[in-house]
Amino acid sequence: MTGVLAVTVPDLATFVVAGAVVLASAIGVVVARNPVHSALFLVATLFGVAVLFVEQQAEFLAAVQVIVYAGAIVVLFLFVIMLLGVDRPEGLARDPLRGQRPLGAVLVLVSLAEILALARLHWATGHGTAGSTGGASGNVAALGRSVFTAYLLPFEITSALLIIAVVGAVVLARRPHRVSQQQYGARDERMVATERSGTGRSGTEPSGTGRSGT
Amino acid sequence: MTPALLVSGDPVALGRATIVVVAIVVVKALLAFGMLMTAVALMIWFERKLISDMQNRVGPNRAGPFGLLQTMADGIKLMFKEDLLPEGADRATFRLAPFLSTVPAFLSFAIVPVGGVVHLFGYTTELQVADPPIGILFLLAMSGVAVYGLMLAGWSSGSKYPLLGSVRASAQMVSYEAAMGLSVAAVVLVTGSLSTRAIVQAQAAHIWDWNLVRLAVIPFVIFLAAATAELNRPPFDLVEGDSELVGGFNTEYSSMRFGLFYLAEFMSTITMSAVIVTLFLGGPDGPVIHLPLLNWLMPIGWFFLKTLAFLFFYVWLRAALPRLRYDQLMDLGWKVLIPAALGWLIVIAGFRVGRVTGLVTFAVAIVVGAGMARAFAVGQVRNRDPATSSSTSGDFR
Repeated sequence: MTGVLAVTVPDLATFVVAGAVVLASAIGVVVARNPVHSALFLVATLFGVAVLFVEQQAEFLAAVQVIVYAGAIVVLFLFVIMLLGVDRPEGLARDPLRGQRPLGAVLVLVSLAEILALARLHWATGHGTAGSTGGASGNVAALGRSVFTAYLLPFEITSALLIIAVVGAVVLARRPHRVSQQQYGARDERMVATERSGTGRSGTEPSGTGRSGT
Repeated sequence: MTPALLVSGDPVALGRATIVVVAIVVVKALLAFGMLMTAVALMIWFERKLISDMQNRVGPNRAGPFGLLQTMADGIKLMFKEDLLPEGADRATFRLAPFLSTVPAFLSFAIVPVGGVVHLFGYTTELQVADPPIGILFLLAMSGVAVYGLMLAGWSSGSKYPLLGSVRASAQMVSYEAAMGLSVAAVVLVTGSLSTRAIVQAQAAHIWDWNLVRLAVIPFVIFLAAATAELNRPPFDLVEGDSELVGGFNTEYSSMRFGLFYLAEFMSTITMSAVIVTLFLGGPDGPVIHLPLLNWLMPIGWFFLKTLAFLFFYVWLRAALPRLRYDQLMDLGWKVLIPAALGWLIVIAGFRVGRVTGLVTFAVAIVVGAGMARAFAVGQVRNRDPATSSSTSGDFR
């Protein structure tokens, strides 16, 4: 199906503006010298994509895009950048990988060709899957129904995968108790000793005793 | 294909887009903006006056009757102050941050239903700026964006205390957003729709249908606590923490840029109170006398009264409670509010299935909750005091 879709002026205007924002800020992500500025451009890109989603009547996807990506993930990016203090311009004179620029150019050409092919043909996406569910309540209900019926298994597997990732992160970030115990062993002995003699009690928990006293 | 903008949920926009329709949308947006700005001015006066009453002092009483014009005087003064830009500041970001904080605060009000439905010049319109199908998710999205204002303000100042304030802000707001989203999910579960209009309509029949009662208070309390933390209002105002961080993220700001942060804070307090009323107290629901004008004015009156009650509550909190310590804040968010919200959501889902399932889930939730509380208590003791933990449990060494 290669027929021209009926496009209204507001639709076109929204698409052009949002597309321009996406493109400009995507370039900004790469070009910006400061990592914080890159992250901000990334937020702008995500917003532009969210607007394009709304334009395609995928309001739920747009909302989730802003909540999850802009509201949580990029915030964590920024958090790490600020905490680690890497918010300085980086030297770009030398490439970290040899031959990454020609390889990058080849990859760009391949993906561009793929996108163009997908836009022209329908062998991957099928005919008119998007935008046909419209209606007053949008596609939120339809999306919910399909996630919890037809695609229940992939949905649950994804959630299990995320839980595993969270548990893994907690295990990696956990303080090794035994090592710290050995490290502070000597100090512990002293604390126990002062506790036995009955002088160090108020010293170890000043806030607790103070608050209960008043 | 109609233009699928965010106003598409409104019946006005679903029809043909005539000039009158566009005019109605524009007038509604302008009215909401004007109302919010006036409300912010009055709210600042209200807070200062009320808190001085609670602290046994007079408060602003010079500008205008009862000091009502004090906010205007302050605003004019701020505008004529010098706009300072710190030496180490990241200029573009420094200028952008106040707007990133103000705009979401205003935008979230767009989804709040202020009153019922009115008929004007043959057109029917809802008394709210927009009723998008994603409804309440829009609030979560906007509060996610509001983090950036605070975060970037602190970072771009190029100064220690603001940076600490903004790191606190981002951690706090991201943590409490989860609890907030989960308590909203409970509301959405019983309503069956994300639209704020549908949420309000589902509560309209009787006072027992208010989500406050129907969800057994717990999601309401969780939402209230999480929203207070989201707003960075006392007792969760660690972001500003005057005694520790000078003034927090806005230390380096002056003039109207500082004023914008102030504006954003009060505006989001008002917006959040309105959202709480919408989600849990039936919005504009209340007894109505069926006369031509009172018919649609009384719901608006009810809405304002309920919102005012929450604004009073926020001021009261500020006067009554001391600021939390940072670890207490994180403990409350992650160990109490999120598990409680999640557990209660599952219990409500159980009761939606049937009474027996509900009671079984309730029992399981209590057992799991008790086990979790015990685990947290044990972990807390071990973390705080290695000496006592090794002497009591004896599994180390």
